[in-house]
Order: sequence, then structure tokens, then C-alpha cells
Amino acid sequence: MTMNIDEEPLTPEVMLAFYRRLYPFKSIFSWLNQGHTPTKLFTQREFAFTLQGDVYLRYQSFNTADELKKQVCTMNPTRFEIGPQYTLRPRDKKLARPGTFQPVERELVFDIDMTDYDPIRTCCSDAAICSRCWAFIAVAVKVLDNSIRENFGYKHLLWVYSGRRGIHLWISDKEAMQLTDDQRRSLVGWMSVIQGSKDQHKKVNVRPASRPLPPTLSSMLGTLAEAFSQIILDDQDLFRSAEGWKELLHLLPKDFVDDLGDHWKGKDRSSEDKWKDVKKFVKTNGPQGSAKRRMYESALEDIILQYTYPRLDAEVSKHRNHLLKAPFCVHPKTGRVCVPVDPETIDDFDPGNVPTVGQLLRELHEAEDPEVGEHHSDWMKTSLKPYVDMLDKHATEIIVEVVRKKKEEGDKTW
Amino acid sequence: MQSARDRKIATKKFLSVIPRDAEYPFRLNFYDIPPLYHVTIEEFETCALERLRVLAEIESSFARNRPWEDMKKFVTEQCKKHYPLDSSTAKFVDIRTQRKRDHIGHYVLRLAFCRSEDLRRRFVKAETTLFKIRFDMDDSSERQDFLDSLHGPTNKANDKQSGNEMDDGNKRGQNKIEETGWEEITKDEFDEFEEELRAAYESTLSPRDPPLREPWRMKHYKVKWMRVPDLVEKRRVFLHKGKAYVPETELSSIIFQQFQDNLEKSLLLTLKHLPRLDEDTRIIPLLNNLSQGFLAGVPSEWCSATSSANGDEITADMIDGMAKQHFPMCMRHLHESLRKDKHLKHFGRLQYGLFLKVLGLSIEEALAFWRRSFSLIQDDKFNKEYKYNIRHTFGLEGKRANYPAKSCQQILTADQPGPQDSHGCPYRHFSIDNLQTGLLSMYSNQGLSSAHLPEIVSIVKAGHYHVACTRVFEITHAAQGVKKNDGVGEGESVTHPNQYAARSLELEKMMKKEEEDVSMG
Ligand SMILES: [Zn+2]
Repeated sequence: MTMNIDEEPLTPEVMLAFYRRLYPFKSIFSWLNQGHTPTKLFTQREFAFTLQGDVYLRYQSFNTADELKKQVCTMNPTRFEIGPQYTLRPRDKKLARPGTFQPVERELVFDIDMTDYDPIRTCCSDAAICSRCWAFIAVAVKVLDNSIRENFGYKHLLWVYSGRRGIHLWISDKEAMQLTDDQRRSLVGWMSVIQGSKDQHKKVNVRPASRPLPPTLSSMLGTLAEAFSQIILDDQDLFRSAEGWKELLHLLPKDFVDDLGDHWKGKDRSSEDKWKDVKKFVKTNGPQGSAKRRMYESALEDIILQYTYPRLDAEVSKHRNHLLKAPFCVHPKTGRVCVPVDPETIDDFDPGNVPTVGQLLRELHEAEDPEVGEHHSDWMKTSLKPYVDMLDKHATEIIVEVVRKKKEEGDKTW
Repeated sequence: MQSARDRKIATKKFLSVIPRDAEYPFRLNFYDIPPLYHVTIEEFETCALERLRVLAEIESSFARNRPWEDMKKFVTEQCKKHYPLDSSTAKFVDIRTQRKRDHIGHYVLRLAFCRSEDLRRRFVKAETTLFKIRFDMDDSSERQDFLDSLHGPTNKANDKQSGNEMDDGNKRGQNKIEETGWEEITKDEFDEFEEELRAAYESTLSPRDPPLREPWRMKHYKVKWMRVPDLVEKRRVFLHKGKAYVPETELSSIIFQQFQDNLEKSLLLTLKHLPRLDEDTRIIPLLNNLSQGFLAGVPSEWCSATSSANGDEITADMIDGMAKQHFPMCMRHLHESLRKDKHLKHFGRLQYGLFLKVLGLSIEEALAFWRRSFSLIQDDKFNKEYKYNIRHTFGLEGKRANYPAKSCQQILTADQPGPQDSHGCPYRHFSIDNLQTGLLSMYSNQGLSSAHLPEIVSIVKAGHYHVACTRVFEITHAAQGVKKNDGVGEGESVTHPNQYAARSLELEKMMKKEEEDVSMG
């Protein structure tokens, strides 16, 4: 089953109605601004618009949520993106002395895209996505969410469905906002486990041979092994095909190759059976406690990592001035709204159930009270409500912490 | 004379390395206090020039991809000859003068190199490397003394943890330990994370090292993860809630990072104060000369005017033929991926596009080449998504910079290829199997056979990727008279893909000319 493309075309009229009546500008403002009265985090923040006909308009900036809304409704972009807070208002960029227009703060962002999983999924390819391949994203979210919280101690994480085949993460903790590009690069290095070009079979090199996994990876191994068994062995059945099991053999130590290769050639054995063969080989050929056994076991762990660990688009995270699509934009191909996603219930998330702009406008129409005119919080009458509530709750948590910190600092200087 | 006890107290404070009486207690110097004494203009100049020679050597070692051990040896020899700095136990040398010259040289070069972003970056890199080399070569007991002087006994650094903010506030600004945020972890913390600390440490050991038997013997320091970015990037420490738990064996990494951070900050401060020097007319020309010397002492970006030099223009439809004859493997691979997939991802386009530009492809021909190559893409999409970028690489859009093609060093180290990418250096980024298959399929018609593979593979395994590439050049140009160790002319190794291609074209031209001469004669 592939996802249905929304039946209604995304005309400029549809988009305009969406922006005027449904898009939660106030919530987006509070989240980016980290406070109720406008600060530089909002007023010096770059917005970039993609207009109908793919005209790209950079360095827009606004003083208030209303200003942003007004401009969005005037320009009626197909989508818009969010960049960093600069040293000056981006709209005044031309007036800046050379070298003085620099990014200052920006959420730490991550982008996970299904296309990076093409070599290891059998159900779909390229732009297509189904609930089966969403399982890959779900694992990635769990691992990344856990690592960011446990290793780096960040708390304000917002996961947002990208509208088609991926997911974005925005981290708003003060420290994360202030990371330099170099620091972002180091953090991404920590998170990057799958590396090497497509001409390189083994893409996991996280330790010298046979050494234990770094603790951050070994602590996730249970989750990953479960995902490996469910997704790779059972659901995708990746090693059933000759292409799939040959790739698997490339990742195993040489001793396995002759034995298992002969055993699998020309037979239709399920991935689960093949993995059992691998494990049996380990047991019979690597005596408990021997160096060989350790080597085999590390190879198996590395394979589990290679097939399940999050595949990140690293470039997105490394630079403060990288632009990322704003939450609640509409994906132009699917018509689906880029809604926040709760990592706690990520397994139940089905991209096919995300509201489309057409559906939302219909809901609005049905709930319409002819007596009352247009209203700002029209989204409350639609299935967009739980998602906007999620963003509001998230923004409130950020603001509460900002206020608390300010108070603490005030106490100190007092 | 200071008593030993006095000295210990004096060095307890973080970074206050230089006690007034014994100006230079250590061979290593963090350079956080400028020379506060009279310096003659001669000393000013000679100390700077001596140091500059060493720094330029470090830069060119990087450019030549010299392995760390080789570079260390080489630079140490250079230092011995021109800029000695001996340990405190050395006999019959004037240690104080050596250390003074080291101190002055460093500060003069700060003045010369604070003035542009590029100079600052290169200066910081070379200075940090020099510091690392000296740190590595330092007598181990002297190094320990120096380290102790930096972080001191770290037991009292835990005030922050106690949550006693009044106390904490009072100390702000006085206690340097707090600024750098070092804390030795407590016994409780150690017990809590023992498993993780052991695994983190063991996962960094080489297979031959014995496993750690008594990890509790080793001190661990807790520090904000941003202070040890390289350890974090390589996953060499345990991280918990934003703090890196650094074993004492990795301490040097912290020291180096701190040296670098301090220097970066100081250079910006120096820049601010520089205008005051304008009045001294002797100094400014001297500083200008110094920064020029740094630039000249280093191999510059490889750029050639191939097309203008030999007069024949390169056109889009010549690329297929040229790739087979003259391109190094990275570019052959990009070319073949482009033909196969009818597309290249961003860094592939960048690496290949800049290479072709420097090879001599004009903007018109480049646009024609890419347009035809992306044959699955509609004109509309091509014009929107790719044309701008191609024009950009030619400096016709955006910053209008004339971007140089990527050198081997950049290809080897920057922008590591991801699972879907075709860019990078095949010698480094391919698996050995794929490398061998690739070499045979690309170069067997130029004389490379499977008999050559073991040699190439062993060079690759030793990590000398550019040497492997040079060897392939020699093998595939044997017909033009190139012998082993000739390299790309006068024994030089390949350091730039365009250098490879240009030399190959040059050899072909010489052959043609000889043939003509023969047939005419
Ligand atoms: Zn699917």
C-alpha cells in the first residue's frame, strides 16, 4: 500500500484559505521567540518563502506574528522555511557592513529522510513511503531522541513530520541554540554511525575490531536488535533475495562466506532462517569466550547497527544558517500538513492518517456557523487541533524555563 | 629562590603559569601573558622569522599529508636547528634565552597574523600543532608538572555541584578552574557509571592493547562536552546529560582544545588593539612581510590555464574521451557514476564541476555538458535547480568568488561521502574489493593488470592514498616513458586531481610532438 496523494489539487486559493484560517502563526511565534513579547529570536530571524512557480525569496524578517501572517497571506508561498537569528534583521541585510551579518542562534535541527533507507527497504523506493517503511523512521526517532536527552541533556525536542517521507527534529534548549557550527559538527559526528559511500559495504566502523561497543551504542542495542528482527528479518525480509543475502555476506568475516554462501545459493530461505544460520555458525565455530567468538559477535552487532541505526542527513545539522521547512507547512505533493509528532507514540503514527489541507478545509466548512465570520483560531474546529496543542504545550515549556533562568540570573546579580 | 612548597602554591591556580620570579618554569607555554619587558627591534624580527620557518614547515607537512609521526620528527629537527627549546634538565644551554625567544616569537606572529580570518585560522592551526608536537616530545615528568600547573589538584572544583549558589557567585571570576569547568568525578559517580566508563575507554583501545584491569585507578574528569569536541566527534568518551567523562589518558585533548580556544580569542583581542601600532612606522612593514612569508612558504592552490596554455579549447563532447585517458580515479568514478545514474549528488557535482572548470571547460561548455549528462531531468527543473549552481562555481553568481578545484587533501578529509554519494577519494573511501575491481575496469587498457594490485592495496592499507594514486599514474603512463618513482614529474606525488590530469595531457602532447618530429625527420 502506498500513500494516496490528496485528491484535491493544491490551488493558490486552497493555500490562501489554509494560511488565513488554519495556520497557527501565534504558536509558531511563541515557539521560535521563546517568550510572549517579541525578542531578537523572532525579529532577527530569517524566513525564506518559496512562491508559486518556485521563486525563492530569502532574508525575510518580521516584528510580530501578525506581520508574518500578513506577509504570508500576501505572498501566498507554497511553503516557507526558518533560518537562524542573525546579528541584524535579515531584511536589513543590504545595509550591513561587510562581515557584520552573521548567524547567532538557531535551533539544533536534524533531518531523517526515507531515501537514505532505499538500500535497505524492499516495500517502496524513492519518494514513496508506507506504514511498513515508517518503522525505520520510528526506530530512528527513538534512538536519536534518547541519545539527545541522555547524552547531551537537552529537553526541548520537537519532532515534525516532513509531509512525505521523513521527519525533522528541532531542539530549542538555550545551549543547543547557541552551538557554533564546529560544535554542531562534533555533535553530528557523535550521532553518525552509518558512514562511507555506496561503494563501501561496511558502513559501521565505531571501534577497533572485537572491542566493546561505545556505551552509547551498546545501551541502544536491545532496541535495535528488536527492530532488526521485526523490520529487517520479518517485515522487509531483506535477506531473502540474492542481492540482500550477498550484501549480508559482505559484512560477515571471511569464514562465514564459503559455508553460508553455498548453503543459501539457489534456495528460497527466509531472512529469519538465514539469520538463524548465521547465529548457529557463530555458536559452532566460535567457542564461548574465545577471541574468535568475540570477533563474530562484534560483526553481528555491527550488522544490526548498519541496518537499523538512524541515517542522518548530516549537512542539515552542521550549519546554523541552514534553512528548514517550518512546521505546519503543507507538502506540495501530498497536501499533508507537517504536523508535530510525539516520540512516545511514534510506533502508532501513520503518515497516511496525517490531515491533508483539503480535509481540514472541508472540516472547517462543515463546522461553519453562518452567523460568525472568520476567526483566528479556526484550527480548533478541525483535526489540526491536537497538533497545534502539542506545539503550544512545547512552546510553553520552553518559555517557562526561559523565565526561570532569567529569574535565577536576576537573583544572582542582585 | 622559591621553595618547592611555594611553587606548588603558585602553580595551583589554573593557567597562572608564569610566576613573576621564575619567568619560565616550563618548556611548554600557554602564552597567556605577553612579554612585559623591553624587546629590541632585532629580537622582534629574528625571533619571529625563526618561528615562522617552523610554522611554515608544519603547514606544508599538512599539505603533503605527512603522517603525524613523520611530521613530528621533521618539525622537531627543524626546531632543533633553528629554534631550539630544551627541557629544564638540559645542561650547557641557556634555557631562559630559549624560552624568551619562544615567547617573543609567538607574540610577534600574533600581531602579524591576527589581521584576516584566513591568516588567523592558519596561524591557530600551525601553533596548536607545534604545541602538540612539543607536548608529545616533552619529558614525561615535566609534562606532568605542566599539566598539574594547568588544572591543579581538582578536588575543590565541586562547589557548583553542591548547589550553594551564594558561594558559587562569590567565587565567579576568581576561580579559573570554574571557568574551564573541570571536575574530577566523585566516587559515587564513578560507581554509578563504572560499566560505561570502562566500555568507553576499552572501545578506544587498539586490538593489541590489554583490557583495562583496574579502571578505578584512573582519574576521570567531568567537563562540558563542548570543551572536548574532538573526543565527542569520535565518540571517545562517555557522555551523560551534556557532560563528557574524560579519562586522564585523554587529558591532552582538553589541553590542546583549550590552547586553541585561548589563541583564537587572543587573536581577536590583538586585532582590536592593533591600530595603536600604526604610529610605529618600523613595525607595520615588518608585520606585512611576515604574513607574506607564511603564504609563500606553502604550496598554493593548484590552478592551471590548460586551455589557454595549449591553445585548444575543451568542449563538452571531449570529456568522455579525456576521462578514459587522463583522469585520476576519483574523477573517472564520478564521470562513470554520472553516465550510469544520469545524476550526481551535490558534493559529487561540486568536486567534478570544479575539476572540469580548472581543466579548461568554459561556462558554456560546462552548462552543455551537465545539461546533456542529466538526461532524465526536464529542462525546466535543470534550469531551476542546477544552472545557478554551475554558474556559481564559475563565480558568476552569489559571492562571485573564483572557486579553486578541490585538492586531494580537501577530497580526503572534507565532506565524507554518505551511503548515496559518489564523491571522495576511491583509494580512501572504497572497500578494498571495490577498489581493485574499479582499478581493473578503469585502467586495464592503459597497462594496469592484476599483478599491480597487491602493491597498490598495501599502500592504501598503510593510509597513503595519494601515493597509491601516484603509483597508478606511473603504471598507466609507462607507455609515455614514466617510470616508478617518477611521480607526476620530478618525483612529485599527486596532491591535486588537476595536477594529475594536466601532467597526463602534457605527456600525451610531448609524445605527439615526438612522433611528428620523427615522421618529419
Ligand atoms: Zn514502504
